[in-house]
Amino acid sequence: MAYHSFLLEPISCHSWNKDRTQIALCPNNHDVHIYKKDGTKWTKIHELKEHNGQVTGIDWAPESNRIVTCGTDRNAYVWSLKGEVWKPTLVILRINRAARCVSWSPKENKFAVGSGSRLISICYFEQENDWWVCKHIKKPIRSTVLSLDWHPNNVLLAAGSCDFKCRVFSAYIKEVEEKPGPTVWGSKMPFGEGAGGGWVHGVCFSHSGNRLAWTSHDSTVQSDLSVSLSSETLPLLCVSFITENSLVAAGHDCYPVLFVYDGTKGSVTFGGKLDVPKQTSQRGISARERFQNLDRRATSSETTEQGLESLHKNSISQISVLEGGKSKCSTFCTTGMDGGMVTWDVKSLESDLKDLKIV
Amino acid sequence: MSKNTVSNRFRTVDVDEYDENKFVDEEDGGENQLPDIVHVASLTPLCTGNLMEALQAVLKNPPINTKNQNVKDCAEGLVLKVLSAFKSSDVDKGVQSLDKNGVDLLMKYIYKGFETPSDNSSAVLLQWHEKALSAGGLGCIVRVLTARKTV
Repeated sequence: MAYHSFLLEPISCHSWNKDRTQIALCPNNHDVHIYKKDGTKWTKIHELKEHNGQVTGIDWAPESNRIVTCGTDRNAYVWSLKGEVWKPTLVILRINRAARCVSWSPKENKFAVGSGSRLISICYFEQENDWWVCKHIKKPIRSTVLSLDWHPNNVLLAAGSCDFKCRVFSAYIKEVEEKPGPTVWGSKMPFGEGAGGGWVHGVCFSHSGNRLAWTSHDSTVQSDLSVSLSSETLPLLCVSFITENSLVAAGHDCYPVLFVYDGTKGSVTFGGKLDVPKQTSQRGISARERFQNLDRRATSSETTEQGLESLHKNSISQISVLEGGKSKCSTFCTTGMDGGMVTWDVKSLESDLKDLKIV
Repeated sequence: MSKNTVSNRFRTVDVDEYDENKFVDEEDGGENQLPDIVHVASLTPLCTGNLMEALQAVLKNPPINTKNQNVKDCAEGLVLKVLSAFKSSDVDKGVQSLDKNGVDLLMKYIYKGFETPSDNSSAVLLQWHEKALSAGGLGCIVRVLTARKTV
């Protein structure tokens, strides 16, 4: 588990390139910085300056090597590498509030942008005009769209929003693709909806697209199975499937947590904390310390949790799968408000935490 | 010059009502929860001293959906009565007997009780709060804060 501190500022969003040697991230300002990995060191190789507002979403398309960024300036740019320089192309999203999240579709012929104008913009490239065009999904979204995830069939899109609901939309664009086949979400243009008690921060389809899970601000993890799991942690901000049956989620508690999705029992259950620090030796507590604890904290307990013992020292805002895809993930990475990035290795987690079972 | 210069009736029109982008909250009609049933159900165990049952009974059917403030106050008073009747050593057992939803509901009532402190209520509630926190974790408190339907 390597912790690398990029900056002192929060990392607003990040995205990796195809071979995981470069990471594009936003250091809480209007730019995007691209860092390249040199052994264990990271060097900044590019600075993408075009946005006039904080960059809220970055997605790097692995096959076509294009980066799409969106920001609070209500714009999105598609960047292509020309030689050694990244050149931006403006995409007019026709929104009147900030853009919040962006995601390339699996085939990379379109991308979706969620915004505060209570709609999702699906943008695709029109060859004749050499221009990115966007279509809006408006109804029945009632508030800001916070998170998006594409289904592997390139047509369905799950969106979590601040009106406490997670919905599955059809983002079918007839100009760029043929009609999709039926899926578990309905055979015609489907439309599913799940309600919760808080803003939906993170949403994720499983690798096959048959399962959907989302985290919400009332500290619950819900899935397309009916029962929601009330978590004992603070609200989770991001979630990702790492196998067909397990999800990893992280949030304001600064450590990732494992959940097990059980299709046969129809439930999501808590699997375990994924960041257990080495136990420091338990030394005896002196009488003086006992009285001091009683004075300061009204309990004479032994645990002196002076600071956070997790690797991240502030909320984790984004989680991304590095190796293995969503079906057999072997490494994943988290970035957070402490400006640091941690890469987690699934095999070593399984061996370190003995009762952890990643099915 | 407009024709109608005398009437001021247009000034009383609420333009925001006609705004098509206006957010309308989903209203759930709540039946008038009769607190009497709950009252009886919890008082009998209370009188006989069966506090566990009283706790279960008073946490059943919380007046979440109703808009009637009286019903809610009544329910809260009952819960407070039951919680105060517990001995300090039994508080832990009481919390253990509840399921996850029960702990969440208990926490809601505890915070509701904090809002209007009376002679000894805060001390009792704080004891319950400590035990409920160890059972439900911080997520339980977050759910009290984010719940859109209060108890």
